Amino acid sequence: MKFSESWLRTLVDTDLSTEQLSHLLTMAGLEVEGLEPVAPPFNDVLVAEVLEVVKHPDADRLNVCKVDIGHGQPVTIVCGAPNAAVGLRVPCALPGARLPGDFVIKVAKVRGIESSGMLCSAKELGLAEEASGLLILPHDAPVGQSIRDYLDLDDKQFELKLTPNRADCLSLSGVAREVAAIAGARVKPVEVPEVVASIADQRPVLLDAPAACPLYLGRVLKGVDAKAPTPEWMKRRLERSGIRSISALVDITNYVMLELGQPLHAFDNTKLAGTVHVRMAKADEKLLLLNEQTVTITDDVLVIADDLKVLAMAGIMGGEESGITLATSELFLEAAFFSPQAIAGRARRYGFGSDASHRFERGVDFGGTRRAIERATQLIIDICGGAAGSVVEARAELPSRKLVRLRPARASAVIGMTFSAEQIASLFGGLGLPFVRDGDDFLVTPPTWRFDLKIEEDLIEEIARLYGYDNIPAPLPRGQLKMTVQPEAQRPAARVRQLMVDRGYQEVINFAFVEAAWELDFAANADLIRLANPIASQMAVMRSTLLGGLVSNLLTNLKRKQNRVRLFETGRTFQREAMATPVPGFEQALKLSALAYGSALPEGWGSGSRQVDFFDLKGDLEALLAPLPLRFEKFVHPALHPGRSARIYLRQSEIGYIGELHPEWVQKYDLPSAPVLFEVDFDSVMASRIPIHAEVSKFPAVIRDLAVVVDQNLELQVLLDGLRRQLPTLVQGLQLFDIYVGKGVPENKKSLAFRIVMQDTQRTLQDSEVDAAMQHLMACLGQAFGAELRA
Amino acid sequence: MNNLDYIVSEARSAFAAISDPDALEQAKARFLGKNGQITELLKQLGKLPPEEKKTAGAAINVAKASIEMALNERREAIRQVALAARLAEEALDVTLPGRGEVCGGLHPVTRTLERIEALFRSIGFEVADGPEIEEDFFNFTAMNTPEDHPARSMHDTFYLQNQDGTVADTVLLRTHTSPIQARYMKAHVERYAQLEKMPEIRIIAPGRVYRVDSDATHSPMFNQVEGLWVGEGVSFADLKGVIADFLRSFFETDDLVVRFRPSFFPFTEPSAEIDVAFMSGALKGRWLEIAGCGMVHPDVLRIAGIDPEKYTGFAFGFGQDRLTMLRYGVNDLRLFFEGDLRFLRQFA
Repeated sequence: MKFSESWLRTLVDTDLSTEQLSHLLTMAGLEVEGLEPVAPPFNDVLVAEVLEVVKHPDADRLNVCKVDIGHGQPVTIVCGAPNAAVGLRVPCALPGARLPGDFVIKVAKVRGIESSGMLCSAKELGLAEEASGLLILPHDAPVGQSIRDYLDLDDKQFELKLTPNRADCLSLSGVAREVAAIAGARVKPVEVPEVVASIADQRPVLLDAPAACPLYLGRVLKGVDAKAPTPEWMKRRLERSGIRSISALVDITNYVMLELGQPLHAFDNTKLAGTVHVRMAKADEKLLLLNEQTVTITDDVLVIADDLKVLAMAGIMGGEESGITLATSELFLEAAFFSPQAIAGRARRYGFGSDASHRFERGVDFGGTRRAIERATQLIIDICGGAAGSVVEARAELPSRKLVRLRPARASAVIGMTFSAEQIASLFGGLGLPFVRDGDDFLVTPPTWRFDLKIEEDLIEEIARLYGYDNIPAPLPRGQLKMTVQPEAQRPAARVRQLMVDRGYQEVINFAFVEAAWELDFAANADLIRLANPIASQMAVMRSTLLGGLVSNLLTNLKRKQNRVRLFETGRTFQREAMATPVPGFEQALKLSALAYGSALPEGWGSGSRQVDFFDLKGDLEALLAPLPLRFEKFVHPALHPGRSARIYLRQSEIGYIGELHPEWVQKYDLPSAPVLFEVDFDSVMASRIPIHAEVSKFPAVIRDLAVVVDQNLELQVLLDGLRRQLPTLVQGLQLFDIYVGKGVPENKKSLAFRIVMQDTQRTLQDSEVDAAMQHLMACLGQAFGAELRA
Repeated sequence: MNNLDYIVSEARSAFAAISDPDALEQAKARFLGKNGQITELLKQLGKLPPEEKKTAGAAINVAKASIEMALNERREAIRQVALAARLAEEALDVTLPGRGEVCGGLHPVTRTLERIEALFRSIGFEVADGPEIEEDFFNFTAMNTPEDHPARSMHDTFYLQNQDGTVADTVLLRTHTSPIQARYMKAHVERYAQLEKMPEIRIIAPGRVYRVDSDATHSPMFNQVEGLWVGEGVSFADLKGVIADFLRSFFETDDLVVRFRPSFFPFTEPSAEIDVAFMSGALKGRWLEIAGCGMVHPDVLRIAGIDPEKYTGFAFGFGQDRLTMLRYGVNDLRLFFEGDLRFLRQFA
């Protein structure tokens, strides 16, 4: 909420400086978000009256003016403004004045005639962006007075960022009340005498929805001049509160809302038929609003209606047809209390909000309704003339203000320091919270303007807030010293990430909502999880894989000439799954994905230029899980090259996949060559093991090599699986160290060379045993895979 | 000069003239070999009368030792020359870059996350986690924010579509990490239901959160870290103590001021915003808003099954991204989510 500081100071008596006031408000929970002077600094500018305007003898566009500056002789000023005219009161900068833009006024000759100052436009004083001529002041502006004093230009504009619980501060009076409480100052309330009815006109009011509107005051005014100008002081206060002046009647209702916090509405009384009804809308009622929007109102919206039609959305916005115009002379003025529950969320549903709905949905002081209508009536009569009828009041049961019990001991325990009953009584007194004592306890009646004091904690907050959060101690806390669980068979997430980093991968964080095309290309996902309100079409779908983001990161980096790219991301992926936990309908697995692209090693004098391939990434993945072994099985995945992709298994469970990007996507995404990628379940890669000791043999190992020729399409894994079951116990290790295809090996065959380590824990192996084992191995290979010993 | 001296001198000059190891061994044979001059002299010793034999023998052995010494010296000299030549030949340009160096790195926000986790673990906090597609109940209702509550307009929430294109009304993208509090408390209460006294809850819960907002200081997805401590006698003063300790530890300086400013969140009461101001550096003297916090609202405790009369607690929510920006001097939030290696590598 914006407001003028000098307006506030008319409502509370305090010596605080602007800065002190600002600090105090912020520290009381009314955060000062903006604090700006209403005008830039300048000096020596006075209200002057133009006495004479004569054409400059030597310049077509200049006038020579004689100006009364309130003391001494009239001064001569050469002026180029088109609107300079005799009798006007305008700002005049005297010699020595320093205007915005560091413009210093001196006595100077303008085309031969001495000019002793400058008549100013609003722009020249920094009060407006543009100006077409002199700033014309009202006829009664006192000649000779400083323009800063006359226009109150030393005023400051405050902007508060109010939290939704503090609706009581959505008015100048409310802020003044708060300042009084926190600064120990005195409030200077606006004096609002009752306007005695001078006409008999009344319009009856019926409360058809008394829970939603338990209080409605209405009053007829006649003979009002809607074209009367808004007084300058009111315009100024409105403008400094961020509200544009529209017409006197609208301005007055806005002014009272700002001053007292009560939104008002003025109907054109001649457009109303019969009784005013405050009722829930009937299904499908339509209304053209003041903002020119036509809405179909649902039946949970409170409306103001007459005998024939809907007039307004209660507490939200009036209707165009029943609204006041400059031709209006007869008013029906409304001041009501609409319950927050009846207003909350309704305006938002129609895509707009208003100052009124903003206040009503947070809570308006139902103790101030009558004051507000009297205040507005008086202002209307003062400014627009006319006569008022008496106030018709329709009243049902107003919100109850239940007593709230505060236990000083509880308050002390929650805040963490001791408060005495005297302290609490004094703090409550400052806030105007009425209370009685019940033993040690306080029984507080929340005032009508406070909607946020319902439970003991709310009062505890008031105590802490007024005492000052800054004054509460900040000791090192004491707690139960319970050790946290650290399962050894699981690595911390940080360790997994660090392993990726150590292998040369850079972590990225991508948005969880992606382009729909990525989901189709990289996951063939037809059952998309779409956002109902995405901020952009390329962020419209929840990702079921992290691959799209990584490919997109690759493109970004290739554009920036980063030709060797290693990336990883850990993040959730989303898939529809009816039985999912903890949120049924959505599986939200945490994944780890990586992408490798470009040269296998960083380019350098000694690295060669081999491009990264499937086995580089596979090696990184195996290193990540080591010492746990992984299994890989060929499979087909929409994102990946069908001949270069594999499913990954850990301890018999599928944990993800790895492969080269499908050539089709390489082309579509305009990549110079294919990256390799993997995606695995993050929980799985956190797996580790608790080691179990096995005796290390003291006897020497025997190492033998074995080269066999097998069919070229025989997968190593198949061979190893076949062998594993028949491996003699003395074989401790079996490692492929060479693959050869070509001269010396028949067509469609390949040679595999294994290094075999044999050892016994109890004795030295005999040559004959070793030979027998090797023969056994060879026989198995021959039998199962038609393997032959390589010549 | 007698004959022996002559032989020794001859051997010395012969050796000195040789720089090839094989030639040196051949030269040795001339003096010390089977038919070498010294060996010949020794053979003739037997012909001498016994009284001369002793002195002559001693003299020959002295000469022999001298020659052997000269030989060894020469051998060593030749070896040193050869070694020096080899070393010179093997010399590298040691300023060439090492081979295959890799430079991976954590994302700066993760770096921050790990520091936050480590600091809170050091005072007994565990790390908790929760879903990002969250139930409306946990995101709002369990956080004391019923439908149509004005506080809901503080969050511009992303909603999801059902398969038939309608808007799903029970789920959303979580707008804060606070629902993890609700889930954790509920599970904690169930786990310790049989105990008369519930063990303390001390957790932090980091994660991605989502709001409909996008500019230099707002991203539609960003990172928060939630903290929660519930137990007997946990107070607002404790909250202040923990936060002040954390901020000084995180920024590794005492040269900062922390202030707590009253605020409003439906799920805490009393509530506060936390501002920090550094006493030096680029941001000197400016109040920077970095977290919201407060005492857990009794309704939130009650919804989780915790008796607010018996237990109290505090909760806080930090912007991880904001802390990262302050710690490393990053001024545009969007940089975190662009995946630009040139930016990210700075945090390796």
